[in-house]
Amino acid sequence: MTLARFVQKNAFRNKRRTSLTVLSIAFSLLLLTLMMTIWHAFYMSEDSAQSAQRLITRNKVSLVFFLPGYYREKIRSIPGVTHVVNESWFGGQYKDQKPENMFMQFATDPQEFFDVYKELSIPPDQLEAWQKDRAGCVVDSDLAKKHDWKIGDRVYIKGLIFPLNLDLTIRGIFTAPRPTESIYFNSAYLDEGYAPVKGRAGFFAMLADSPQDVPRVAKAVDEEFHNVERPTKTESEHAFQLGWIAMMGNVKAFILSICLAVVFAILLVSANTMAMSIRERTREVAVLKTLGFTQGRVLGLFVSEAVIVALAGGVIGTLVAAGLIRLASRAPGLEIFLAGMRVTGPTMAVALLVAATVGVVSAFIPAYHASRCNIVEGLRHIG
Amino acid sequence: MAIPISYNIRNLRLRKGATVMTAMGIALTVTIAIFIMALLAGLHAAFATSGDPRNVLVLRKGSNSELAAGGVERDAMQTLRDLPGIAKDAQGENLVSGEDILVIVLPRKDGTGETNVTIRFMLPVGLEMRPKVKIIAGRWFNPGQREVVVSKSIHERFSQANIGDTMFFGKGSWTVVGIFDSGGSAHESEIWADINQLSSDLDRTQYSSVLMQATDLETATALKNRVSDDQRLKLNGMLETDYYASQQSTGGAIRIVGWVVAVIMGIGSCFAAMNTMYAAVAYRSREIATLRVIGFSRPSILTSFVFESLVLSLLGAVVGIVLMLPFNGMTTGTSNPVTFSEAVFSIRMTPYVIGVALMFALIMGLVGGLAPAWHAARRNILTALRD
Repeated sequence: MTLARFVQKNAFRNKRRTSLTVLSIAFSLLLLTLMMTIWHAFYMSEDSAQSAQRLITRNKVSLVFFLPGYYREKIRSIPGVTHVVNESWFGGQYKDQKPENMFMQFATDPQEFFDVYKELSIPPDQLEAWQKDRAGCVVDSDLAKKHDWKIGDRVYIKGLIFPLNLDLTIRGIFTAPRPTESIYFNSAYLDEGYAPVKGRAGFFAMLADSPQDVPRVAKAVDEEFHNVERPTKTESEHAFQLGWIAMMGNVKAFILSICLAVVFAILLVSANTMAMSIRERTREVAVLKTLGFTQGRVLGLFVSEAVIVALAGGVIGTLVAAGLIRLASRAPGLEIFLAGMRVTGPTMAVALLVAATVGVVSAFIPAYHASRCNIVEGLRHIG
Repeated sequence: MAIPISYNIRNLRLRKGATVMTAMGIALTVTIAIFIMALLAGLHAAFATSGDPRNVLVLRKGSNSELAAGGVERDAMQTLRDLPGIAKDAQGENLVSGEDILVIVLPRKDGTGETNVTIRFMLPVGLEMRPKVKIIAGRWFNPGQREVVVSKSIHERFSQANIGDTMFFGKGSWTVVGIFDSGGSAHESEIWADINQLSSDLDRTQYSSVLMQATDLETATALKNRVSDDQRLKLNGMLETDYYASQQSTGGAIRIVGWVVAVIMGIGSCFAAMNTMYAAVAYRSREIATLRVIGFSRPSILTSFVFESLVLSLLGAVVGIVLMLPFNGMTTGTSNPVTFSEAVFSIRMTPYVIGVALMFALIMGLVGGLAPAWHAARRNILTALRD
């Protein structure tokens, strides 16, 4: 029998205890993986090349105030800006309030929209059809699939913020690398339907000529509108999105504290199991030592046993987490929140590393005591 | 005959290490559950205690938020002011306030960036219609002045919100002249100012909403229906309390994430408790057989072990509750999807929250203890004695 086999046999000899421990650790690591995935998606997701080049300009006081439309041409004249487009959040309701019918609607300029959002692709003939129809819209391919929309279908949106209901015709379906949960319609429709916002925009999205240029462009735009009645705030698209997450509250602290609690909980579970199982085997330890096993080797045996158990839990937990996220990101209501979220390889690796570390730490103290025990007393020990 | 409780307590004390570790695991789970429930309880309290049942809020038809574009024109306001059933103040003025809401960005005091804050503009009579809101420092804004009063929470959470500070919106600066306490209602997330000043700043000819106070509860309902049924007005009346109740969707993300976390951790803790109890049973195998020989019945052994597990989980629950106590009353904020800005609320460990936490822990103890206890009670006496 090799040493590895010996450890493996020992790890699973009390089947009930081991499986309960594995399950307990698996549930905790499931949670840890979920939390890390959310963290990853919020704060560490690497942007597409275009997104890293994109900036958003909004009213400095607040996003709810519109900006004058002529800002667009002024922004365009700033060196480093290749394309700029106006956008306004419509905030309407499709069918009813049910979460599965929630998506975002934006009014924008069809002539330049896809130049700024280069990662969205649409067939040229559909784009042309949209540009020609003031009441036309383009929809995300995922949304189209979900609501069973085809080109030419009508979509009615009830205005909640604006006293205007939209009656849109789908002219195009665009595909996005990540679900956008959005439809875009011609801003001319909004201008004509609600005069107070005519010629104005909720915000401007622009494309800089390189990601390195983004900070300089942001500064240049805000300086351009520094001494006017409606000053602007310009930031990278990523920073703009983080602002939305920050509004939910102190998300970072929330996730971190849950992760800490989870890690500590697995540590307790694992340490408890190892302590129980090592105490039972005091006599065996004495026998091993009689056979010539050194103190270090005995310690190693127990620690690797704990690591195997913790890792078994870890593998189950991360795999279930990956499956759950896949399922949940399709569930109605969670889509907007979890759109495009995936458990990545590095996240799984970190979770498994945490499991292994917990295994080592949890076994160390009881194993250390056991390995140091006096052979004669150990042999006399009554379990 | 039942096995004495002291038997279980002594056993838990004897196996100190395992008891403490299992109880701590349950305590962590309970802490997280309490934390989430206390957050939701605080949010609930903020919206449930907001509004006066006699107040009727009037919005444009089709709109569900004070923030929506379009509202009540000045001439419609005149019609509303003269409706029957409206209460009068001491000076004999009808309690009808034209209001508007703006959202501005303020920097947080703790340096975690900036966030949206609601400013409510009202006619001076609006102050009288919200008697629960009290000024605690400085004074109310004067009509026609560029002055604002901030809530206690805003004062505590944001820089630039002390008396004497200035804020910039509309056509210039506004001075903070007072701090009010709203008693934990949704107004705790607001800054208040005079509406006439704002209207001239933004050239607005309409109010985004109108608040009216009826003489009593029945009149309020009648008033609400009268406004909604009037075809010429194209307005919608609703009770102020209903309006705030509808904002309880705030914190939806916390609710979903919270329960997912609590349930997953709860299941994990159940397994941990089960493990400890199985060990306790295995450890005492001969002891249990002896008890059986003495004459204790199987049901009493079952109850005894389930009881031990319950004590263990209760211990964890108590530790969890104590761990959370320092957070009680802490204020925090989350985004309100209706007003588009931050809703400030405090973490509240209400008796209900504590009760649910205890129940949660007891369920974990019961689920964790039942199988091992069943196993203990079913064991054959002879094999057990020979162990």
